[in-house]
Amino acid sequence: MATPLVSMHDIHKAFGPVKVLEGVDFELIAGEVHALMGENGAGKSTLMKILTGIYAPDSGTIQVDGKPVSITTPADAEKYGIAIIHQELNLIPALSVADNLFLGREIQRFGLLDRKAMVKKAMEWLAQVGMEKLDPDTLVERLSVGTQQMVEIARALGQNARVLIMDEPTAALTEHETTTLFKLIRALREKGTGIVYVSHRMEEIFALCDRISVLRDGKFVGTRPVPGLAFDEVVKMMVGRTLEARFPARTSTPGKVRLQVEHISGGMVKDVSFDLRSGEVLGVSGLLGAGRTELARLLFGLDKPSEGRVLLDGEVVTATNPNQAIHAGFGFLTEDRKAQGLVLDLSLRENVSLPRVPAHIGLVDRRGEKTQTRGLIEALKIRTRDMELNVSALSGGNQQKVVLAKWLALKPRVLILDEPTRGVDVGGKAEIYHIINQLAEQGVAILMISSELPEVLAMSDRILVMHEGHATALLEAHGATQETVMTAATGGH
Amino acid sequence: MTLQLNWSQAKTLFQRLGSVIGLLLLFIVLSVLSPDFLTTGNLLTVLRQVSINALIAFGMTFVILSGGIDLSVGAILAFTGAITASLMAAGHGMVLSVGAGLALGAVLGMVNGALVSWGRVAPFIATLGTVTLLRGLTLAYTQGSPIPVTNPGFAMLGGGYIANLIPLPVIWMAVAFILCGFLLRGTVFGRHVVAIGGNEEAARLSGVRISPMKLAIYGLSGLLSAFAGVVLTSRLYSAQATAGAGYELDAIAAVVLGGTSLAGGRGWLFGTLIGALLIGFLNNGLNLLGVSSFYQQVVKGIVILIAVLLDRRQ
Ligand SMILES: Nc1ncnc2c1ncn2[C@@H]1O[C@H](COP(=O)(O)OP(=O)(O)OP(=O)(O)O)[C@@H](O)[C@H]1O
Ligand SMILES: [Mg+2]
Repeated sequence: MATPLVSMHDIHKAFGPVKVLEGVDFELIAGEVHALMGENGAGKSTLMKILTGIYAPDSGTIQVDGKPVSITTPADAEKYGIAIIHQELNLIPALSVADNLFLGREIQRFGLLDRKAMVKKAMEWLAQVGMEKLDPDTLVERLSVGTQQMVEIARALGQNARVLIMDEPTAALTEHETTTLFKLIRALREKGTGIVYVSHRMEEIFALCDRISVLRDGKFVGTRPVPGLAFDEVVKMMVGRTLEARFPARTSTPGKVRLQVEHISGGMVKDVSFDLRSGEVLGVSGLLGAGRTELARLLFGLDKPSEGRVLLDGEVVTATNPNQAIHAGFGFLTEDRKAQGLVLDLSLRENVSLPRVPAHIGLVDRRGEKTQTRGLIEALKIRTRDMELNVSALSGGNQQKVVLAKWLALKPRVLILDEPTRGVDVGGKAEIYHIINQLAEQGVAILMISSELPEVLAMSDRILVMHEGHATALLEAHGATQETVMTAATGGH
Repeated sequence: MTLQLNWSQAKTLFQRLGSVIGLLLLFIVLSVLSPDFLTTGNLLTVLRQVSINALIAFGMTFVILSGGIDLSVGAILAFTGAITASLMAAGHGMVLSVGAGLALGAVLGMVNGALVSWGRVAPFIATLGTVTLLRGLTLAYTQGSPIPVTNPGFAMLGGGYIANLIPLPVIWMAVAFILCGFLLRGTVFGRHVVAIGGNEEAARLSGVRISPMKLAIYGLSGLLSAFAGVVLTSRLYSAQATAGAGYELDAIAAVVLGGTSLAGGRGWLFGTLIGALLIGFLNNGLNLLGVSSFYQQVVKGIVILIAVLLDRRQ
């Protein structure tokens, strides 16, 4: 076999007393897409951060083209042609797309920024990722999470990397963008780029990757070629046992109408109407920019509807801010956990109780707060040693569970979930589905926005499909297929 | 209280202990260098001097923790001091005059809060505006001359002693520290202050009402500045239009020296107390050692820069 592009050997890394990586080996050859898998907190992101010079390993060696190298800064990684797209978005919101693409490697002429050249190059890079319609002068803060992710990908590609690491790149993407990305990845593979692909989406892995390496609890489990590999075997390598069903059966039966949305319009959203029953899960599907998140923002009092009204248990709700929406009985799990869901400098406990701190007349009830947090940690199987740990130190999937825990503490009547399982591992996803089932059994009405079609199809009672702000279909999940949903999502009939 | 600390807590504690260690070192050095330093009289005098800055800095801690800044503290101090003194000069009782001064301070702070939240003005700019406005008003109101105070009860507030030993301002400082510490750690209000500084958007989406919170936070800062104004006026037997000039910088320095992040969301009140003490003892030590006031400034600046640099290294 050819010399590997990159090989990492016997990597150890601990944060304080916590051993995160214990003797991990990893090898990437040119022209392969290599999946790195493992449960939330297994150490995937940490391993890739070591390869890109963000963290220093405690011990172990890294070789590039068979030669030992030391990568201690991101600049070193760039020098060896290693680029990474991080799991969490890393763009600067107040700068334009072009400025972000060239951050740190601005094109200059006579010591001045050559904006024209940068905009021109930016358009090329964006076109490469199928985003030719995006104006490079747009401020990043105005872009949806999905578009931001595409910008990140364009930025990494612009480095002409020989090794490209993608840490859950599709978590924020819709089917259509995912397809574009896959085409791109296959083209890069043809050119001999080595690609590390971290994802929790099994379908993607099997469709795209050549080999799979698995980490479990910071230890290296093994590397397998994908052809001939069974789905169950990968899961077994990851969790150490076989898992029951990926999607648990829906258990609740919808009761009386809880939420009535009547001809609501505002921003992107145009004249959307639907009912949501207690104990029902209504999936919301649609392409990027279909107005799904905007719909949720209208319901939650974040944006003002220009028309229409919302009734909760028969009474008109007019929430003009999240506080009022919460008091009316709404909960809203947002799609971007870093920017909107979590206060990273606060502990897990403090984050969980943010919407409602257990208190008597304004005084925090510490003991009640701890009991509540402990209960939620158990219910959601959040992997942490300690509830006092800053949430920033949790793995991505566990952070997502913390955001969910926040809303469970509130016992809402209507829970809006925007991409509830983004970045969550197979086991964790199943746990979240169980919780959705339980909530529905308790009579909570659930609006579940998701870009993962299998999830929408399996976990919803009905599916609302949106296209360019309009509701184009309201399907019974039973009998709906990927095709019927996609047809409605692209505006066809 | 359990003595078991986890790793991240231990790390934070260690980082935070920096200011305490700095204060101890300063203490030891000054004790060795100057025989006059380690005397009850001197120490209590320093504590009394520190108290004004500490009162203001406690309020500033809340503002900075929430991700803001308040430059108007000195101006509020001067304005409310003048109003309080003139009310007493007009024959009103001490309780009413002081109460009015404190209420005015809180309201002025809330005006800052309103500018920042509803007006969407950056805190730096908003409070810079209030400074100019209030300084102008104070000068116009006093016509530039001090307003004397003769009320003997009032003079006690800043000049009195407990048991003939402990200056009353030190007691005020201690009481304010305990109350503010409890407000920050023990109440929902305090929790929300830190959450806003850490991630305002996440706090808002969790139902924290940002605007009323900011009103309260800047209001608290105004209230404590007004209280510092009362104590200062009492100690000087008069209100001066130019009182409190530059106090905002001392307060900010105390907060930052104490390890609170200027970016908000991270910090503690005990650190601010330590920061204020550090500045106070440094001033005192340099005086005792006969360093000229010009060089005192230089030394103070260097200390602040070193502290901030050490803080950045984490
Ligand atoms: N800076 C840090 N300080 C302390 N612990 C950390 C830090 N970064 C990561 N960890 C811990 O290391 C472990 C591995 O985290 P990592 O982010 O590598 O997991 P992951 O495999 O990428 O998970 P996910 O699929 O959820 O993204 C987790 O238990 C996490 O809590
Ligand atoms: Mg990760």
